Amino acid sequence: MLTLLLILLPIAAAVLTLATGARIAKQVALIGGLAELGLAVFTWSQFDPSAGSQFGFKYQWLASAGISFAGGIDGISMVLVLLTAFLVPFIILSAFGHDYKNSATFYSLILFMEAALIGVFTATDAFLFYLFFEAALIPVYFLAAVWGGENRAKVTFKFFIYTMFGSLFMLVALVFLYYKTPGTHTSELTAFYDLQLSAQSQGFIFWAFFIAFAIKMPLFPFHTWQPDTYTESPTQATMLLSGIMLKMGVYGLIRLLLPIVPLGVETWGLLAVILSVIGIIYGSIIAIQQRDMKRLVAYSSFAHVGLMSAGVFSSSANGLQGAMVQMLAHGINVVGMFYIVDLIYTRTKTRYLDQLGGISQTSPKFSIYFMILLLGSVALPLTNGFVGEFLLLSGVFNYNAWLGAIAGVTIILGSVYMLRLYQKSMFGPKSNWVEGFKDLSVTESAVLIPLVIMVFWIGIYPNTFLKISEPAVNQILQIITH
Amino acid sequence: MSPTLLVLIPLLPLIGFLVNGLGFPSLPKGAVGFIGCLAVIGSFVLSLLTFNAFLASGSQPIIVPLFDWITVGSLNIPFSFQVDQLSLLMLMIITGVGSLIHIYSIGYMHHDPGFGKFFAYLNLFLFFMLLLVLGSNYVIMFIGWEGVGLCSYLLIGFWNKNTNYNNAARKAFIMNRVGDLGFLLGIFTIITTFGSVEYLEVFSKASAFQVGDPIMITITAFLFIGAMGKSAQIPLYTWLPDAMAGPTPVSALIHAATMVTAGIYMVIRSNVLYSLAPSTLEIVGIIGGATALFAASIGVLQNDIKKVLAYSTVSQLGYMFMGLGAMAYSASMFHVITHAFFKALLFLGAGSVIHAMSDEQDIRSMGGLRKKLPITFLTFFIATWAISGLPPFSGFFSKDEILAHVFEHNKLLWVIGVLGSLMTSFYMFRLLFLTFFGTFRGTHEQEHHLHESPATMTIPLIVLAVLSAVGGFIGVPEALHGSHHLAEFMSPLYDAARQANPAAFLPTTLSHSEEYILMAISVAVAAVAAIIAYVIYVQKAAVPAPDSEEKSAIQNLVYNKYYVDELYDTVFVKSTKTLSNAFYSFGEFFVDLFVNGAARLIGFLAGLLRKTQTGSTGDYVFAMVLGIVVILFWKLLL
Repeated sequence: MLTLLLILLPIAAAVLTLATGARIAKQVALIGGLAELGLAVFTWSQFDPSAGSQFGFKYQWLASAGISFAGGIDGISMVLVLLTAFLVPFIILSAFGHDYKNSATFYSLILFMEAALIGVFTATDAFLFYLFFEAALIPVYFLAAVWGGENRAKVTFKFFIYTMFGSLFMLVALVFLYYKTPGTHTSELTAFYDLQLSAQSQGFIFWAFFIAFAIKMPLFPFHTWQPDTYTESPTQATMLLSGIMLKMGVYGLIRLLLPIVPLGVETWGLLAVILSVIGIIYGSIIAIQQRDMKRLVAYSSFAHVGLMSAGVFSSSANGLQGAMVQMLAHGINVVGMFYIVDLIYTRTKTRYLDQLGGISQTSPKFSIYFMILLLGSVALPLTNGFVGEFLLLSGVFNYNAWLGAIAGVTIILGSVYMLRLYQKSMFGPKSNWVEGFKDLSVTESAVLIPLVIMVFWIGIYPNTFLKISEPAVNQILQIITH
Repeated sequence: MSPTLLVLIPLLPLIGFLVNGLGFPSLPKGAVGFIGCLAVIGSFVLSLLTFNAFLASGSQPIIVPLFDWITVGSLNIPFSFQVDQLSLLMLMIITGVGSLIHIYSIGYMHHDPGFGKFFAYLNLFLFFMLLLVLGSNYVIMFIGWEGVGLCSYLLIGFWNKNTNYNNAARKAFIMNRVGDLGFLLGIFTIITTFGSVEYLEVFSKASAFQVGDPIMITITAFLFIGAMGKSAQIPLYTWLPDAMAGPTPVSALIHAATMVTAGIYMVIRSNVLYSLAPSTLEIVGIIGGATALFAASIGVLQNDIKKVLAYSTVSQLGYMFMGLGAMAYSASMFHVITHAFFKALLFLGAGSVIHAMSDEQDIRSMGGLRKKLPITFLTFFIATWAISGLPPFSGFFSKDEILAHVFEHNKLLWVIGVLGSLMTSFYMFRLLFLTFFGTFRGTHEQEHHLHESPATMTIPLIVLAVLSAVGGFIGVPEALHGSHHLAEFMSPLYDAARQANPAAFLPTTLSHSEEYILMAISVAVAAVAAIIAYVIYVQKAAVPAPDSEEKSAIQNLVYNKYYVDELYDTVFVKSTKTLSNAFYSFGEFFVDLFVNGAARLIGFLAGLLRKTQTGSTGDYVFAMVLGIVVILFWKLLL
């Protein structure tokens, strides 16, 4: 029941936001987001990691076809539900400094998005998963298309086409799997796990899933929609896309791809790891010379997600647990980084690094939070990024030492582009553009402080979160090796 | 031994960091300095207590577990500390020399508006450095390892309005990260091989391996890459001279006495693994020797007081690695200790000079300072004597011990070592004479301002001078009728290695008379170099030519540090930038083209969707949402 409540609460909050109108839309939305966070934390307090899927719901949808409206929460879902519920209120709060037109619609779309994301992370029926997977696209598409920058029309169109294209592959795969289930057919995910498919059909399904999820994350070479979309979208949409939505892709790999087609992974996994590692290096190298801060962070996110995917395809405990904790870490860091960029942009009206400089001289608080988030991004030990990258890299290294070593170059390149970003904006002589730069307001600190706390929490005591997902991850590993 | 007290050793500086960091800039300077120093001195006192408690409890390592940090599958990485001979020695250096440098900083940084920030960073550095040496496994060491790198970055770029300083800071961090990747890969290989990262577990399992096992060679080679970065060895040394951009106490603490010796600490800590990998040790020795000589040669022609000391540090670290290469672990540790004394002293002395000279660092503009800065001069003189390896000061004993082991191990490396000593003695006395002797060559205004530093600065100088003078007596060799206390104390550290590779730990084959000859040679070489420097820079009162003057090709080569920076810039920095631009301008275009080829198949769908692209009002948006949801349901039901 709790699961269903977690999906419905944001929808109710979204409707309420629309109904109360623009005047108090943001407050209503924020309360809605916080209520959802409270509910998620409550769920966590009731959650037993070793008890498998919990708090489930199941309603007949198409009874005769064996398709049901079913969801539940296991450890993997729990982590992502927590991430989603944690980030959304701060994404909402981060919009307070902006004066968006049609704000009621704007905020309600964020909440609709949250419902869809929670749906994706908790669905236990394949078609319900697909439904939410697609539904999540709609709010963020409109956020980008309506409130985005100058080139939004062209860019969001590309984004839309790309992801729709990928999803079609997944749909075909799901329908195929559905018809393979015995008897009157069922679309329960666990039933898909039990299918004994031939190696050949596993190969096809592997690629169908891979393309769908690779586009979502995105992985090389399906990423060209991402930098433009991240750059052109309003910051809140970028946060939703990078902080949470891309985790749908990683989640898909873990929840669907690995356990459904283990033989496919055995055959094609190496190629997937290679593509992921290419993406890590390629994205990092591009980030080094970016002039636009937002685009730089977009490329860094692309590089980071490549490592998560490589870790997942290493099919090891380290790789999968690393991906779980890195999803949390990346979500927090990337939302923080985009917020930092947004704060600089709204104050100075520029995102170009060559026009910035010297911000640290007037804004100590801003400098410190920025530095901490940056350290998380470059995976400094005792910050959240380290735990994830350490486990992921060790997983990949164990899978293939050469690929692990190449992927490891990310820790060097990451520090190259991130320190450049920091130095060009914060240090050096003060540029004309940053004249009168004000340090953080109370609202702005209220967004950044929780993020910074999480950077350290996950970095210093990651076992809080590793323990949540461990049994569920072990279960996936067991299915693979079986 | 009380675990609480042990935990407080790193915790006190962390608290100091938090108080000064959060209190900045509202805390008054007096309070900042007091809190900052109290944190370190407190740590020092606790370290002394721990030392005594350990001595009383025997010689076996003591593990103090705190909590489980990362647990995945069968791998558990605990957050725990290990107290043994090695960590205790490092604790003493870090908190002892650290305390002196903190006190010194009160005077040195007094006029700086970032006073509070400075002390906060300095405390944070100590926290990480203490974690580095206290951790009971490789991953905790790695926390400290990267943490000190961060502090080094923050402190090199402390005056961050200056773009050159910022670049130096960034260079240090990135170059260290290259080494860190090696370290990390070493840890991964350790995990794969032993299923644990805890020192005791890894080492006891390692004893089962054969000498020369490829796995041991791989692990030690990876770890050594980390050491090359942190301890500034060829080819990862160019960040250290640039790191002199930071305030001088930082150079003394981080870039001379403590952080840069982390690489040596790591090798000694892993002595079991290294003793099983003689081929890696050969490489360690060769790289150490090459670095010792190469850096010393650059030092001979530098004119910036801190740059000379920086190259000297690189060179001295090279000696320590030479010692490690010859499996003279304790001798290298001995040199870590004495070097911490005299090099910290040299840097602090240089700081005192720079302070007096109104921030002038070029020795061509100094001269004759001994009259105006008598304490600085005297202490600097003792340190110069010590680093040059002249008896009876500390550097003589430690360097001599390393060279004796190297001689036994590899004669060619020994020749390189002696040549390096020659240069060391020359450039150090050159520095001493140009700075403190002759006549003053600076501006009138500088001359007018010349003054001896305040007591907060001179007292640390005096203490360090005493230590530099007598520090060698903890390791007087048997040949000089001493009992080597240090070697005896450290001996239990090698129990496991001794078992795994007994041949490597045989007693020396050198007779006493051979040892005397070796000592005589190195002392003679150093003395001759000092005399040559005296003749050139005091008797003939020569002053290095200004930069504008023509130099011979070889002088140019050395003066410009063999153009290594330029080489790296072309090979790594510029090419990466070019690649970055190329990927962005062309790569993305082609990837797009390729992927879109497939997407064009559904181009007509694109055409349809483009028409729906005009919606901007809320209601219209929702009409569309509904429409798409309907389409999705329809698609689902098919």
